Amino acid sequence: MIERSAGTALLRIRRGASQRAGRFQEFNVAYEEGMSVLDALRWIRTHLDSTLAIRYSCINANACKTCMARVNGKIEYTCLAKLTPGVTTVEPLPKRPLIRDLVTDTVPDEEKL
Amino acid sequence: MHQLSTDVLIVGAGGAGMYAAITAARAGTSVILLDKSLVGRGGATVMAQMTVAAALGQQEADAWTTHLEDTINAGRGLCNEELSVLLCREAPARILEMEAWGTRWARENGHIKQEFAPGHSRKRCCYVDFLNTGPAVAATLRRKVGEMQNVRRLSNIAVIEILVQDRRALGAVGLHVADGELVMFHAKAVILAAGGLTKLFARNSASANMGGEAYALALWAGAELVDMEFVQFFPIGHLAPRLVGMDPILWDPFRYKLGGKLLNGRFEEFVDRYGGADFGKYTAMRDVAAYAILKEVEAGRGTPHGGAYLDFRHISEQQLRAAFGPVIDRLLANGIDLTKAPVEVGPMAHYHMGGVRVNADMATRVSGLYAAGEAVGGANGANRLSGNAISEAFVFGARAGAAAAEYARRATLQREMLPVRAAFEGLEALSHGGAKDAPTPAALQAELQTLMWEQAGPFRTEEKLAAALQRIKRMQLDDLPNLRLSQGNSFNLDVQDWFELRAMLATAETVVTAALARRESRGAHQREDFPDADEALLKNQLLELKSGRLVSRWLAPARRHAKGAGHD
Repeated sequence: MIERSAGTALLRIRRGASQRAGRFQEFNVAYEEGMSVLDALRWIRTHLDSTLAIRYSCINANACKTCMARVNGKIEYTCLAKLTPGVTTVEPLPKRPLIRDLVTDTVPDEEKL
Repeated sequence: MHQLSTDVLIVGAGGAGMYAAITAARAGTSVILLDKSLVGRGGATVMAQMTVAAALGQQEADAWTTHLEDTINAGRGLCNEELSVLLCREAPARILEMEAWGTRWARENGHIKQEFAPGHSRKRCCYVDFLNTGPAVAATLRRKVGEMQNVRRLSNIAVIEILVQDRRALGAVGLHVADGELVMFHAKAVILAAGGLTKLFARNSASANMGGEAYALALWAGAELVDMEFVQFFPIGHLAPRLVGMDPILWDPFRYKLGGKLLNGRFEEFVDRYGGADFGKYTAMRDVAAYAILKEVEAGRGTPHGGAYLDFRHISEQQLRAAFGPVIDRLLANGIDLTKAPVEVGPMAHYHMGGVRVNADMATRVSGLYAAGEAVGGANGANRLSGNAISEAFVFGARAGAAAAEYARRATLQREMLPVRAAFEGLEALSHGGAKDAPTPAALQAELQTLMWEQAGPFRTEEKLAAALQRIKRMQLDDLPNLRLSQGNSFNLDVQDWFELRAMLATAETVVTAALARRESRGAHQREDFPDADEALLKNQLLELKSGRLVSRWLAPARRHAKGAGHD
């Protein structure tokens, strides 16, 4: 929940289901000091574009370990990565098969249909 | 549509679901264990940072009957004592079993270390350092489940309907999120272990998995729900400064170990004004503390983010580091220096005392349908003691798995296609995709969360609850069938959100309906228009669907010596 806005942050997010043909889409997000990249991604889904595919479960606790993505070129848990005012680039994990947008196939093989 | 068959199908792979999978598999039945997220990583268990209550008697003399007295006392007269007995009597064995399976409970002087927690009369609560209880027990159970050859684990499957014929559960329909396909599971027995409902409230400590689906699935299947008005609002959830990478409930173990002062916006101690004694220790029970904080906020004595201050400035950095080691650095990385400034805390939805009505075998009144963990209602009455939730997950999970396996050994599998009502309603809504300006399921979920927090949260009135109920019904009738849904099958969260919202609305309706009918204040249910407890309402409230309508009735609580307690 974003309570007090202290400016905006711009997120450049890699979209699509193809590793090669993906494109970047930009979103403006109200910025609050201390917020995480995952906070921003969830806010985008609720307020701007619910079709953005992301994977997460515990939201804030860094307990489920499922929210990893490439943030400004570095692989991070998006719940731990602090958002900064200005531009943040978010891309899916590079070495995992891409499902769509920021979701890659991180499900262990023995847990698949 | 994929089709799979098993003896026992388990919906939800947190602590209760994984424990159930282990006991069912040990009994020789085949098991399919499902999770909406990843097995053993979603849900509430993995987020638990703090303690597990069990009368081990290792720190000091204790007995399960003493734990029971404390649990019943905290439950404000409404515990289903038959379930409370199971919880308290069997918790020690489960804790030791977990240790044998590899959980490294904090130890000192050759015994498991146990701490006080509010409402417990003995040092009873064990934990894994540092703030690592949930991840540690989840890892133990994941590993154990992985060793069972007859357990099939499936991740990213959201169950949307339990298949029922002639009051008998025959399986479930799930949505496979990765490819948007429906999956039909044929099973002899089904265990609902999908956790609680705290995601219904805007201020919560929930993960993405606690939308109350277990309750909606049980209700639609023909089971009864009990005590749905009793939502536990954790008093000192973290509000500010913004803290990432840690559960908002983290301050509980800080208070167990170090005390800490709870102060209002004017830096005065205040909990004692509301009948609780706190005084820099941590003794006020959860319902009292939550009430006191919000009353101070209402009187204009709150903090900037609408809560209270929690102050550790009287405690040295050395003591802080001795107690919480690396956690202190994680706080500093968030700009939080406990030696310099207090933090802001306030109530948030944390746990649900109510839930699916079961007997001592965790069986509902629908043959072959079981529940386990937080999905079960009754063991904690109107207010839960800290530490009882993980114990409950283990104990009820173990029992449900064993009972469902026993039932499955006698049952036969029904493989014919069954009517899948919910699934097709959903597919119909999906097919037209809604108007361009219609809200999305995610947006309506956010509206529901705000509505529930403001109108059906810690302080309730007839007027607020009636308004909430009216809006929920309109959301069900007008909004839900006409939401904007994107097309496409690959990881389409709009579709998952739609089914989740459908269950959230059904569960929200049960909470508000039950809260309207309980015209008194007791434990976690606080009615401003009926501020006192009413002896005539020393009863559990049962809800069921009759011809599609929610109907409530009252029943005297099961007492521990009562014959035939549980089902009437």
